Amino acid sequence: MSTGVGTENSNLVELRDVTFQYNTRTILSDLSLTIQRGKVTAIMGGSGCGKTSLLNLIGGRLRPVRGQVLVDGLNVPDLNMKDLYALRLRMGMLFQHGALLTDLSVFENVAFPIREHTRLPESLLRHVVLMKLQTVGLRGARDLMPWELSGGMARRVALARTIALEPMMILYDEPFTGLDPISMGVIAKLIRELNQVLGITSIVVSHDVAEASAISDYAYLLGDGRILGQGTPAELQQSGSPHVRQFMDGLPDGPVPYTYPARNYLDDLLEEHAS
Amino acid sequence: MMWLQAMGAGVLKAVERLGRAGLFLVEILGHAGILVSRFYLVVQQVFAVGVFTLPIVLVSGLFVGMVLGLQGYNTLAKFGSAQSLGLLVALSLLRELGPVVTALLFAGRAGSALTAEIGLMKATEQLAGMEMMAVNPMMRVITPRFLAGIISMPLLAALFSAIGVFGGNLVGVGLLGVDSGAFWTTMQEGVDFREDIVNGVIKSFVFGVVVTWIAVFEGYDAVPNSEGVSRATNHTVVYSSLAVLGLDFVMTALMLGEI
Amino acid sequence: MTNRKTVEIWVGLFVTAGLVALAILSFRVGNLTTTEVTNGYHIEARFENIGSLKARSAVTMAGVRIGRVSKIQIDPNTYQARVIMNIDGRFRNLPVDTGATILTAGLLGEQYVGLEPGGAEEYLKDGDRIKVTQSAMVLEKLIGRVLTMFIEKPADNKK
Repeated sequence: MSTGVGTENSNLVELRDVTFQYNTRTILSDLSLTIQRGKVTAIMGGSGCGKTSLLNLIGGRLRPVRGQVLVDGLNVPDLNMKDLYALRLRMGMLFQHGALLTDLSVFENVAFPIREHTRLPESLLRHVVLMKLQTVGLRGARDLMPWELSGGMARRVALARTIALEPMMILYDEPFTGLDPISMGVIAKLIRELNQVLGITSIVVSHDVAEASAISDYAYLLGDGRILGQGTPAELQQSGSPHVRQFMDGLPDGPVPYTYPARNYLDDLLEEHAS
Repeated sequence: MMWLQAMGAGVLKAVERLGRAGLFLVEILGHAGILVSRFYLVVQQVFAVGVFTLPIVLVSGLFVGMVLGLQGYNTLAKFGSAQSLGLLVALSLLRELGPVVTALLFAGRAGSALTAEIGLMKATEQLAGMEMMAVNPMMRVITPRFLAGIISMPLLAALFSAIGVFGGNLVGVGLLGVDSGAFWTTMQEGVDFREDIVNGVIKSFVFGVVVTWIAVFEGYDAVPNSEGVSRATNHTVVYSSLAVLGLDFVMTALMLGEI
Repeated sequence: MTNRKTVEIWVGLFVTAGLVALAILSFRVGNLTTTEVTNGYHIEARFENIGSLKARSAVTMAGVRIGRVSKIQIDPNTYQARVIMNIDGRFRNLPVDTGATILTAGLLGEQYVGLEPGGAEEYLKDGDRIKVTQSAMVLEKLIGRVLTMFIEKPADNKK
């Protein structure tokens, strides 16, 4: 379904020397990475390392200061509104908490993108929506409202909505956060299945090493706005780099220090007496 | 020096925010075509913004009219012109109280709700979600609410004034014994269509634009967390009330000054 | 979410009620039907002093409103006030020797123009001028005149 310039290229997404700043803080500096077509790629890293910014750069919701963000051969920051929206039709994003529209039922939430972008007759639309809900196992929950869903269910509904327009790629923003082990397993299984059955390229941003490693074909480890390590999950597990080791093993202290940078402890304590 | 710098920074920030609000309004107006192409979106919001504000506007209008009847009668009776009560009630409502009180109620009831709703949609990533579904939230969420606000406000103000006149009549004629014929004829003699009614409608339209504009902007610009949304809601009520009262003075001056 | 039909009915009711309220205000409260001059024509009158007459003040004949003042100017040559009146098209038979007086409703009320029909056979046309006019009663001048009368009268009594 992905026609266009970069069809021959095996990389669906390519970041070239991307620098991104929020206000004056540099979040990503000269970052380059590639996402292969048809694969599940995990992007791991500590909180606040710029993982979510990365997704938003790919989705065109943020603009880099420098560098290119190529999606299917198109440089996202260069696109005008119309082309950007056309591109977004071909990519989906699953938000951390689902971002379901609170005033619409489960059915209407999944129907929302279809209603907005197509003029399917109601009977056909019902078919499509029920099919998508069946894919995530929630066909029976179609009449519930978002506030009646558990966190895991909400995310599955959001996933059904994301695949409603059959995208070529899905961006997952922390899909495992705050879920119980069963829901986590369900989501992991869905990400894998959607990738294998529908051939959807997936980018999973997560700090959950075990789950992300289990489902991904390739992984990047991000920190300080740079890539600290990359490879298949197995390769990363074997890596000798202290950064990678600290993250993969979950060590409290290491290259990422335990204490926030501060001046001398004793000086700090004595200061109040001095003044 | 410190306070001077703080004041300068405050002014700059306010100007910057005003500029953004202006661009925001321009963008909304750019999507005004949905009034035709997606009419139902607007209808839905008129329901949420207008119909839900109706009860409070009607009840307030009735009471304001009744109070005007009582107060006006007591003052006018001292000058032996109690039969002018109808005129006093009608002019007070049409020129001032109808548009102004309705706008204040509208800001409190509909404006704050709009801000909270949009702010929460932002905080829960619903707006971002729409963007990623290639649906422009400015078109899908903001513009229908804005249009609904400016459609509803003049209608609400007209209903407020109408029921207020009825309330004044209820007290003046029904309770205090002002002659019914005098009540209506002094009113009809004294009320001018262009100067009083049209000007009142213009006022309520302008208030509708300003209040809804502030409400949707504050919501869209809110810091996306619970504190940010509550602060934005607060701002909506305070800013729009001040804007309404200030603009009322300016517009009244322009209208009376025959400029 | 409330279903579409309910929403539409309520919004329909709301908009209708709003428009009806506006219509009531215009016709019942504002008396739109009779205040507006339809199919009118303009006549002019000059006064030494118009008092507090304003544009949109009433123009009456025998106490019945037949038009409104549409414009007030000053004639730079004679220093008189030019009052242009818009008379309703239903009253086309005003004689050319009609007189115009500026009157006050009540002692301190609004000022308006009262027309007094003459006996001529010809009628005023659009743009014509009323020749017989009497200026506004200015309260200060009136009081002044009364006071001088009082001062003079005691002198008469002594004789």
